[in-house]
Amino acid sequence: MNTKKGSAHPYIPNSAPEVKAKMLKEIGVNNIDELYSDIPETLKFKGNINLPKALPSEYALKRHVEEILSKNQTCEDNLSFLGGGCWQHYVPAICDEINQRSEFLTAYAGEPYEDHGRFQALFEYESLMAELLDMDVVNVPTYDWCQAASTSIRMACRITGRNEILLSDTVSPDRLLVINNYCRPIVNIKTLKHCPKTGAIDLNDLKSKISPRTAGIYFENPSYLGFLESQGNALSDIAHENGALSIVGVDPVSLGVIAPPSHYGADIVCGDIQGLGVHMNYGGGLAGFIATHDEEKFVMEYPSRLFGITKTAVKGEYGFGDVAYDRTSFGLREKGKEFIGTCSALWGITAGVYLSLMGPEGMQKLGKTIMQKSQYAMKKISEINGVKAPLFNAPHFKEFIVDFNDTKVPVKEINKSLLKHAIFGGKDLSDDFPELGSCALYCVTEIHTKKEIDSLVQVLSDVLNKTDIKKG
Amino acid sequence: MKTTRLRKFHQAKWDEPIIFELTKKGERGLLISEAEKEIEESIGDGISALPDKMKRKKAPGLPEISQMRVLKHYLRLSQQCLGADLNVDIGQGTCTMKYSPKINEILIRSPKVTELHPLQDESTVQGALEIIYKLDTFLREISGLSQFSLQPGGGSSAIFAMASIIRAYHEANGEAEQRDEIITTIFSHPSDAAAAASKGYKIITIFQDKDGLPDVESLKNAVSNKTAGLLITNPEDTGIFNPRIAEFTRIIHDAGGLCGYDQANANGILGITRAKEADFDLCFFNLHKTFSSPHGCGGPAVGALGVTKRLINYLPVPIVGFDGEKYFLNYNLPRSIGKVRGFLGVFPVILRAYAWIMSLGALGLKEAASIAVLNNNYILNKVKQIHGASAPYAKGRHRIEQVRYSWEKLTEETGISTEEISCRMADFGFHLWSSHHPFIVPQPFTIEPTESYSKDEIDEYISALNEVAKEAYQNPEKVKNSPHNSVVHKIDNSTLDNPEKWAITWRAYLKKNKIKE
Repeated sequence: MNTKKGSAHPYIPNSAPEVKAKMLKEIGVNNIDELYSDIPETLKFKGNINLPKALPSEYALKRHVEEILSKNQTCEDNLSFLGGGCWQHYVPAICDEINQRSEFLTAYAGEPYEDHGRFQALFEYESLMAELLDMDVVNVPTYDWCQAASTSIRMACRITGRNEILLSDTVSPDRLLVINNYCRPIVNIKTLKHCPKTGAIDLNDLKSKISPRTAGIYFENPSYLGFLESQGNALSDIAHENGALSIVGVDPVSLGVIAPPSHYGADIVCGDIQGLGVHMNYGGGLAGFIATHDEEKFVMEYPSRLFGITKTAVKGEYGFGDVAYDRTSFGLREKGKEFIGTCSALWGITAGVYLSLMGPEGMQKLGKTIMQKSQYAMKKISEINGVKAPLFNAPHFKEFIVDFNDTKVPVKEINKSLLKHAIFGGKDLSDDFPELGSCALYCVTEIHTKKEIDSLVQVLSDVLNKTDIKKG
Repeated sequence: MKTTRLRKFHQAKWDEPIIFELTKKGERGLLISEAEKEIEESIGDGISALPDKMKRKKAPGLPEISQMRVLKHYLRLSQQCLGADLNVDIGQGTCTMKYSPKINEILIRSPKVTELHPLQDESTVQGALEIIYKLDTFLREISGLSQFSLQPGGGSSAIFAMASIIRAYHEANGEAEQRDEIITTIFSHPSDAAAAASKGYKIITIFQDKDGLPDVESLKNAVSNKTAGLLITNPEDTGIFNPRIAEFTRIIHDAGGLCGYDQANANGILGITRAKEADFDLCFFNLHKTFSSPHGCGGPAVGALGVTKRLINYLPVPIVGFDGEKYFLNYNLPRSIGKVRGFLGVFPVILRAYAWIMSLGALGLKEAASIAVLNNNYILNKVKQIHGASAPYAKGRHRIEQVRYSWEKLTEETGISTEEISCRMADFGFHLWSSHHPFIVPQPFTIEPTESYSKDEIDEYISALNEVAKEAYQNPEKVKNSPHNSVVHKIDNSTLDNPEKWAITWRAYLKKNKIKE
């Protein structure tokens, strides 16, 4: 170690020489190497791990890491319109205060006795989400929306005993990569065409593809491309008429103003809670939820932990525990439902704090504000010559496609120019959706001010009018 | 045995209501920045853009609570939770509950971390990409493998990714249908079996021999041209290092399979032995275990997935590359399994692991491992002296980072179970975890001290364990009716497996108990 010879690293108390010697003596060995006597010489690593010089001084470490991090430019330093699966919303101070608490931050898998608070906080998270979703069962969070959608699909297959899923071709390409890998080779994933005008699923295509093999239809509201799929009832009805389930991915941030999927027939609902009080963290803030009605055949197919409320030996005291633990892989190994392990619990606690702060009116106002600001942005952007937003003729929530095709300028060039003005333009869709041509996915939330939206419009219009910008 | 002072502990008990019981009409916890007047004038209420059927008719039934009351509620709940920062968290064996340095928490709270969007232009995230790239190179050195993906969101996700790569590899060789079996061992993590089964594999589980090690003869009988691969931990949950591990990987390789090393917990062997020497094709490290990122009540987390050179093309996309000047995202992996998590993984966890390794350096990592092993064998020596406790298998030998113990004798003699002892340990401010199912070791408990706790702290834990064992013989009722000093008392688990009565949400509880709000 790079500390002075013989001095203990602050993270390793028993490397203090006297303590170490005492412990070795008590075990009855001369040195630590003897404790490794079961490891054959041929397997021992003879070299030294090739790592940079250690920085045991906390100050030196801080300086070192901060220097690297200073190379990042953030969505605070710049004006960002990026969404597409991770969103910049306001994070209330109390959300960070709670998730930084040592007790929550450094707890793990204790029993419901010494970790009562963890059980209650996650039970409350499930309960608050249940109100937002208007469903009676919500899981302890899984990794992210990608995983939540994948597991919802696998659940639908087990519940129906079928192995084919039809999903909208407007699902995010990233999410589709996760779903495809998670389902292969168990489930066949088939895509459904969308209407080029509205983005909505083509019902004729659906009717021609649905069959007795179909376990479920998966669609999203709002979709990855920002528009709302307004045919929820029709889609659920078609699924149900064919003995399949309706599976809907949803942005919970929208549910103060938009009807939750359970109101248009969804059987399994999933999505991401990052927007509910969790920082983007370069994508590390994601956490997925899955919700269903309180029916045994649904509940028993969750792979996740489900914390339930119960009584204790003392009258009036609430206790908590795992509901139907034996369905999990912790209970049954490979005979359990999929698998369970460490996922994203701390973000669940955080989202619970967020929803407790927001209350019914807060969520309504949040939804309304986002709709107003995003509609304002679309209106203003459309005033730029050759630019149109949204692309699809449909209601949108917080994201929308900006169509630059008439400007003949590729999004890549536009975004490069915007970056020079400290603006992160919307995600370039031209690689993932080549049929759209020069289009970008913009995201406007409650954090964007009118002034910022106006400034985007001004800069966009300036850069598009500039003669040197490369035409595609 | 010399006993250390026993703490007169009592956990916080706030008798805090369920959050919904705190609602008071009209209270507000947070106000947001609403749309400016000009926007309102230009757009209207925004909601009118929705077709009627898409409008939410009734506001969600969330509680209405003022800000300080929400804060107080969650602070109180936090106090009713024992994190590693507060207790001597050595009783959650296999979980590696080590110290998560506070400086790393300061670092991850920087807006330079929290306010990054994963789709930002590469030129604006050079710092983040540098950290990811460098941690990848560190882990290559630590494992001896060739490339890491930091995308999986936990150990089980990394196992699923390993199973996916194994399948994709056999697919490329036209053998995916034929090779439909994965072999694992009973003392490997349940997800080694479960995640592989989720990928469609039949699972063959190798049980232990008389020494507690996976039986090599059973392995020989299990392999065939159906073998896709092996997923195994070493040391397993017993903490016994399998000295024949290279023979295991050879048997699998000879049969045409790939070998995946579950190194979720590698805390006892950093710098001592590597995946490479034992000839593994894949491995993963849990950055939230061995590499110090806090467990967060169960995530967010990272299962850092490493592979040998021939499997790099199968990794999830993207990986981070470096051209000598700039860091960049590399999607060009022709046989990639796709993705196992959105974007690039959990960056704050990656950053903490990077900082932890930088603080310790090569020698420090080895010292951490060595002291973890020293602490473990010190405890082994002490637990063996507790009346009623034993350490099955590998008699007289040393263990690596943890030991799976048994209360079998104590249960036989007193009727007190592991579960009841765990409850009583809570009265002293400690966790004691039983073990993963199934309980191959009767009345099991698993202790893993890591390098983080001082000898005095370890002694205190052992004293409590000793005291509870003594009580089991002298005053069993006290143990049976425990906990006495914890937040709650004996929990009635009978409703939790009953669909008529279970209540996974507050609204379900109200409905099933016919309670009106």
